[in-house]
Amino acid sequence: MELKRVVITGLGALTPIGNTVDEYWNSLINGVSGAAPIKQFDASKFKTQFACELKNFNVEDFLDRKEARKLDQFSQYAMVSVSEAMADSGIDLEKINLERAGVIWGSGIGGLKTFQDEATNFALGDGTPRFNPFFIPKMIADIAAGHISIKYGLRGPNYVTVSACASSNNALIDACMLIQLGKSDIIVSGGSEAAVNVAGIGGFNALKALSTRNDSPETASRPFDKDRDGFVLGEGSGALILEELEHAKARGAKIYAEVIGSGLSADAYHITAPHPDGLGALSVMKQAIAEAGIKKEEVDYINVHGTSTPLGDIAETKAIKTIFGDHAYDLNISSTKSMTGHLLGAAGAIEAIACIKAIENDIVPPTINHFTDDPEIDPKLNLTFNKAQKRTVNVALSNTFGFGGHNTSVIFRKYKG
Amino acid sequence: MSDVNSRVISIIVDKLGVSEDEVNNEANFTNDLGADSLDTVELIMEFEKEFNIAIPDDQAEKIQTVGDAISYIEGNTK
Repeated sequence: MELKRVVITGLGALTPIGNTVDEYWNSLINGVSGAAPIKQFDASKFKTQFACELKNFNVEDFLDRKEARKLDQFSQYAMVSVSEAMADSGIDLEKINLERAGVIWGSGIGGLKTFQDEATNFALGDGTPRFNPFFIPKMIADIAAGHISIKYGLRGPNYVTVSACASSNNALIDACMLIQLGKSDIIVSGGSEAAVNVAGIGGFNALKALSTRNDSPETASRPFDKDRDGFVLGEGSGALILEELEHAKARGAKIYAEVIGSGLSADAYHITAPHPDGLGALSVMKQAIAEAGIKKEEVDYINVHGTSTPLGDIAETKAIKTIFGDHAYDLNISSTKSMTGHLLGAAGAIEAIACIKAIENDIVPPTINHFTDDPEIDPKLNLTFNKAQKRTVNVALSNTFGFGGHNTSVIFRKYKG
Repeated sequence: MSDVNSRVISIIVDKLGVSEDEVNNEANFTNDLGADSLDTVELIMEFEKEFNIAIPDDQAEKIQTVGDAISYIEGNTK
């Protein structure tokens, strides 16, 4: 069976550095940090008191109050970015086969705030259970895909992938495979996360995963810098419309890029620490390049997982050097998490959008906040420090890795007809 | 308007996202005010919390209009 080709025909973004794709991209190429003191709750007793929160976002500008109230934030964010992506794609819902249009979404945690609120209410009471009937349907991670299908009437494949910080790359890969196999014409994909709350910050703090640079939030996310001290939690959503190539051409859709390869693996090593030699990362990049049928020298840009944690950044650069050899020094590499923070289950989606916009504009967004070289990271690698770089980007690869040892890699290529 | 009336109406306006004009005594939660089965469960819980009462399930099922809610509450609060 010949696999179908898959292209991207719509984008939507709601991020700590921009509430639309255009705003997000402008901030990326201008090196804007999204980090600031936390506004959503009083974090004064927390080790980490800052995060990359959304700015000037009022959900009631997008959803009516009654609809918004029944959605956890992670679903609200999903609805907003999907709305932008659907409009961008120009899809006419009356002209497509809705049975062949699906939703494969990603979220690492789901409705954490909803769970926190309901458990807190119970704990404050006299033991009588008074749970809200929307508690479970707001909290469960799959519900975002359900809401998107209900809003647009999409009756094709529908589920959410959960693999921590790799979740939305897993969603994109599943979406791509469903179209390649001929099971769907269109999949709304991407991911959303909303964990900037007491449980999220407290939980990641307990793991010692977060930066505690409270005196300088905007320089805290500093992937590959010698003094990096953990990731900065972000929130938001990214949405991508994946479409079978001939279907997209037939309706005259704007084609951003083609999805040409992907890789999936597990470290089988430790729940939170990466394999020290980046074995899992190595495997997914190899698989993706092989599936894409390209020479490794054709890769122009790698948007790394690069979360700004001491171990993870080293393991990933080791893996890149092992695979690419001398070409590792010709590549542009950057971690856009230096600007957006780490959006967990939405990271893959917004970083896919960064790759696709890099391909569209031939500009590589930077890794900001580089102050001091880390002797454990090869200084000959071009990590695109501090300023965006102009470069023809035909092929971009995006890595995301998740707690549990999940690894994913996706390759996008400029579409040339 | 009694105190119970205005508190019931304000809960309904808040939870169902309807305007106050629509909330008259005859208005049926499902047919007139757009509530689904989960919304009606939530409304009952809000009434219980607001008026510090417990509404048994068999009674809750009979509360289908704004008027039903007001009269049940008036009959079961001290």
